[in-house]
Amino acid sequence: MSKYFHSVQLDADRCCGCTNCLKRCPTEAIRVHDGKAKILSERCIDCGECIRICPHHAKKANSTPLEEIRDFAYTVAIPAPALFGQFNNLDSIDIVLTGLKKLGFDDVFEVSRAAELVSEATRKMIKENKFKKPIISSACPAVVRLIKIRFPELCDNVMPLLAPIEVAARVARRRAMEKSGLPSDKIGIFFITPCPAKVTEIHSPNYTAHSEVDGAIAVSKIYPELTHEMDHLKEVEPLGQSGLMGIGWATSGGEAAAMLGDKYLAADGIENVIRVLEELEDEHIRSVDFVELNACSGGCVGGVLNVENPYVAQARIQNLRKFLPVSLNHLEDGELERMLWENELAYDANIFRLDSDISKAMDMMTRMEDIFQDLPHLDCGSCGAPTCRALAEDIVRGRAKETDCIFKLRAKIQNVYDQLKGTIS
Amino acid sequence: MSNAIHLHYEVSGEDFTRAGEASSAVKKRLKSLGYNPDAIRRIAIAMYEAEINMVIHADGGFCDVDIYPDRVEILLSDHGPGIPDVEKAMQEGYSTAPDNVRSLGFGAGMGLPNIKKYSDEMRIETTIGVGTNLYLTVRVKS
Repeated sequence: MSKYFHSVQLDADRCCGCTNCLKRCPTEAIRVHDGKAKILSERCIDCGECIRICPHHAKKANSTPLEEIRDFAYTVAIPAPALFGQFNNLDSIDIVLTGLKKLGFDDVFEVSRAAELVSEATRKMIKENKFKKPIISSACPAVVRLIKIRFPELCDNVMPLLAPIEVAARVARRRAMEKSGLPSDKIGIFFITPCPAKVTEIHSPNYTAHSEVDGAIAVSKIYPELTHEMDHLKEVEPLGQSGLMGIGWATSGGEAAAMLGDKYLAADGIENVIRVLEELEDEHIRSVDFVELNACSGGCVGGVLNVENPYVAQARIQNLRKFLPVSLNHLEDGELERMLWENELAYDANIFRLDSDISKAMDMMTRMEDIFQDLPHLDCGSCGAPTCRALAEDIVRGRAKETDCIFKLRAKIQNVYDQLKGTIS
Repeated sequence: MSNAIHLHYEVSGEDFTRAGEASSAVKKRLKSLGYNPDAIRRIAIAMYEAEINMVIHADGGFCDVDIYPDRVEILLSDHGPGIPDVEKAMQEGYSTAPDNVRSLGFGAGMGLPNIKKYSDEMRIETTIGVGTNLYLTVRVKS
């Protein structure tokens, strides 16, 4: 089995084995064993909630160092629109884009430009009525991965269009090849990322064989050098070509608003996202055409690799958008077809099921219920599993034992003590 | 070894924002079993509708769920007022739900018709003033 790449990693030296990340993980992908947190790789969706919550900063996101741009003859930075919300008193995104060029990139291409293309393609597809409704946005990779491992019936509802980052990378690469005359392998496309899920997405894409993005540099990593460059610009190049629609994708509701209709829903924050997916699965949400879901509160401005508070960033984004034209990027002939997925989104049944043989799975579940009834139902996390039910599951899966529960252990020791006392007296 | 999993849930009639707890718990179990996704969906929808009915009309009750490899059998039982005219209640759009419930978007008269639509077998035993038992079977289609 090929190992799935994860951006989210544990720094074992810093981990003290507390239960903060354990309790926060939305897919119950973390266990604490031998005093250290461990991530169950197949369950992790790289949402970054554990990075957000860890008081010891023991969870980190792998991202590409800026130095890697030197490996390519020609490089293009493709910044997420959330980047524009990170700076105080910013009058124009041109300042950020010129700053990126000063850092060593040969060119820039805003992901928000591609977002406008994706919005136009989505509107077209909704109008043509070709897809199962409601259509769920495919822009947030953590959400797409979540659907893939937990919501089999919703896989067909996910919009089969590349996310703006991938569209941006393809357009940027084409342009770079034309401008520089260099072959594709000499050109490096670098995403400036607000979250670990996008880093994972370029290494292990959900729905393409291969990502056109060569590296993902964290906003927080590039921030000090970038602000330094921005403060010392002699001249600002007019590079920005995004409308208010594309920039709006940085915050929750931006993508949905670009549908230009009123039959949409936008939810943000992983717990809310899960609740909406549950309701969609049970067909309780019927009157909407389009569903925008962002794993982070506030949308991409809430990504854990940003530096600014999401709500401050959101206010700045609103300000920046105010005087921009609606949309500056439009689909050319054949472009929509190039944006369609190469692979279908396939449900990964193996992640949560107990066994591929249903009668075996049923036996395991019966045992699991029995074990669970006997546990204290405190969900304290001391055993290293997030809940008593999760411990019961781990026991039947053979990766934990009943005495991992400290209450069970205490009862057992008491028992041994009582017996010994009986023998002596 | 057992060839069925039996689950029992009490459905509270006090707070109908809690309706759906039983169906969502059943859904979670079925996913862990690797159950057929289409069957899971139909079970979750039919059971939720029935739970809502129990809360709106009968002040709650209980449900018993038996999971077999090829089917799920569900009993939803209440001590409510009973259904005076089952045939009428089965008509789409027919509802006796009070206004306060309708104002929340429920009571469109699609409850029983939807339950029938999503299940493979449905049987109602009802006695006025005593209560209603609703039996459902959802089969895994191969």
